[in-house]
Amino acid sequence: MTATAVATTSTPAPARPRRTWVGVLIGVLLVVLGIVSLFVGVSDVSVATLLEGGADGTAAFLLVASRMPRTVAVVLVGASLGIAGLILQMLVRNKFVEPGTTGVSEFATLGMLVTIVLWPGMAIMGKMAVAAVFGLIGTWVFLRVIRAVPVRQLVLVPLVGIMLGGIVGAVTAFFAYRLDLLQSLGQWSQGSFASVMQGRYEYVWVAAVMVLVAWVAADRFSVIGLGEDFATNLGLNYRRVVAVGMVVVAVITASVLVTAGMIPFLGLVVPNIVSLIIGDNVRRSIPWVAGLGATFVLACDLIARTVRFPYEIPLSVVVGIVGAGLFLWLLLRKGSRAH
Amino acid sequence: MRTDTAPAPAAVAGVRPPSRLASAWSRPGVRLAVLAAAVLVLAALYLFTAVPGSLGYAVKIRSVSVAGMVVVAVAVGVSTVVFHTITQNRILTPSIMGFDAFFMLISTVIVFGLGATTFLRADPVVLWLVQVAVMTAFSVFLFTWLFGGKRRSIHLMLLVGIVLGTFFRSLTEWMQRMLDPLDFQVLTDTGFASLTRPNETLLLLTGILVALGCLGVVPLLRTLDVLTLGEPTAVGLGVDHRRVVMALFAIVSVMVAASTALVGPILFFGLIVANLAYSYAGTFRHRFTLPAAALLGVVCLLGGQLLLERVLGFGGSLSMVIEFAGGLFFLFLVLRKGAR
Repeated sequence: MTATAVATTSTPAPARPRRTWVGVLIGVLLVVLGIVSLFVGVSDVSVATLLEGGADGTAAFLLVASRMPRTVAVVLVGASLGIAGLILQMLVRNKFVEPGTTGVSEFATLGMLVTIVLWPGMAIMGKMAVAAVFGLIGTWVFLRVIRAVPVRQLVLVPLVGIMLGGIVGAVTAFFAYRLDLLQSLGQWSQGSFASVMQGRYEYVWVAAVMVLVAWVAADRFSVIGLGEDFATNLGLNYRRVVAVGMVVVAVITASVLVTAGMIPFLGLVVPNIVSLIIGDNVRRSIPWVAGLGATFVLACDLIARTVRFPYEIPLSVVVGIVGAGLFLWLLLRKGSRAH
Repeated sequence: MRTDTAPAPAAVAGVRPPSRLASAWSRPGVRLAVLAAAVLVLAALYLFTAVPGSLGYAVKIRSVSVAGMVVVAVAVGVSTVVFHTITQNRILTPSIMGFDAFFMLISTVIVFGLGATTFLRADPVVLWLVQVAVMTAFSVFLFTWLFGGKRRSIHLMLLVGIVLGTFFRSLTEWMQRMLDPLDFQVLTDTGFASLTRPNETLLLLTGILVALGCLGVVPLLRTLDVLTLGEPTAVGLGVDHRRVVMALFAIVSVMVAASTALVGPILFFGLIVANLAYSYAGTFRHRFTLPAAALLGVVCLLGGQLLLERVLGFGGSLSMVIEFAGGLFFLFLVLRKGAR
């Protein structure tokens, strides 16, 4: 997920120098934006104040307690959401799905609500586990419902997923409304990194672990993307790989939900753009998706932090505009597979 | 609602020579009259029952909410049926295609551009008309671009509409976050009231606009019937397709703008009402389906409100119930029709 990883693993052959340049560009952007992200904020944290204050100064404290956790969380969330989208797209064999267009995010949010109501004192780790279980149920429900879709129509699948999410969301909203919990629910469902600091973001490392799992199992997911019969023919335990994929997606969704809230369309847009650049090989695209996802969220988070300085606008709003715009472009552009 | 829709299957399934009652029931006009009677009964129930204090005061307050529901139901019902006819399907609705999110965006942009002071100093009627005019112009442009030209699959258009909705809502929120708190307050004050307590001036304005929209549709009723046959047939029968569709899009936009300004967006309401209207009216002629959709809309709103408020004792959550039921219904429609 670092710049070097993006740059080196994405150079399949010297015959394609343009890809290499795009990869290097993404890597450089990631590093530059990451560094900028450390120094943007209300308090004055700069190289000068860091040197002046030394290791015990306010600037150093802020850097360690707030700026670094935030930057790390942003990078990990961006990378893992992209991966979650990529894996889900392989499982469903559809380019237009991601946790947000399959109802998985909404199920996970319902799980959060259940923990808030039943076990209000539960540790965040426990809430995240419950949310992950609900996310898993959501993935399962979605895969079941999709089987009922008469023809495998490309755009019908995300459509059904969005509706499923809408229904679960309405149930969640109804109970939250009856129990006066709409506000605390809104905190979870709106994506933002404003409250990320040391001691409150570490759960996102769970998502990073899932990214590693995805990387290890990458070739299997590639084969899964060819369909059940083909995968079984190649000697793959189809059900087990699908189960692993579902767990990866659900855990990533839940840990992102706990750290940052819902971030729309990210898992959809990033893998699609990567697939436009380098094609559909999962092992090769994982570092690309992770790198591009991280860069994308870093850029959006920087916009969210600076556009109304010193206040912030929620990240999900920025990603909503950029991501929805890109999604529309993917759907309506000439030669799109959606037609 | 249940009482007047239940006899329909019985009438259809009748193998015996139909009785006089059944044959009367099979006439769309009779069905409309029954529906209108149901509306009157429900309105009377809503107005005159469970009065805690002075009857006159309660009726005065409640008649405003009844008027609001009627205006919204007519606007949503008529605009959805017309939209279905123009776009040749029964699943897409203006709300699903992001029309009302678009309206909220326009009002925010206007406050954003003018600032609250100019906004407050301006004549609210003029301002409101400007809002509706801008909305109409833009949405006619946007939706002729989307629906004119090459024919795209319905599912693609649906997905585009839903994503457009997210896009517009995010832009709106962005702008609202960029506003001064005072400007934001003004926006929410002038913007959206609840289903049961609409702003009276706004109600009057929207009522007039919706009435004008309905009057605009009346001379086009037969043309709409022809449009049901599809574009090539309609053109063959002498319909100036492009012009008529543009005009109808404009009317739809005005009505959506009106109802959204009054009560905020209700995503799936139009979908339920229009599809109920098709099966209830038992015909596709617009002189029956349009009033049926409007009346059914009133029945749903009044009946739903009565049920929630008086029977179950929940207040103010009708739109959530509509979203839930509508979402399920939508999923059912999409999955059942998915084969086509």
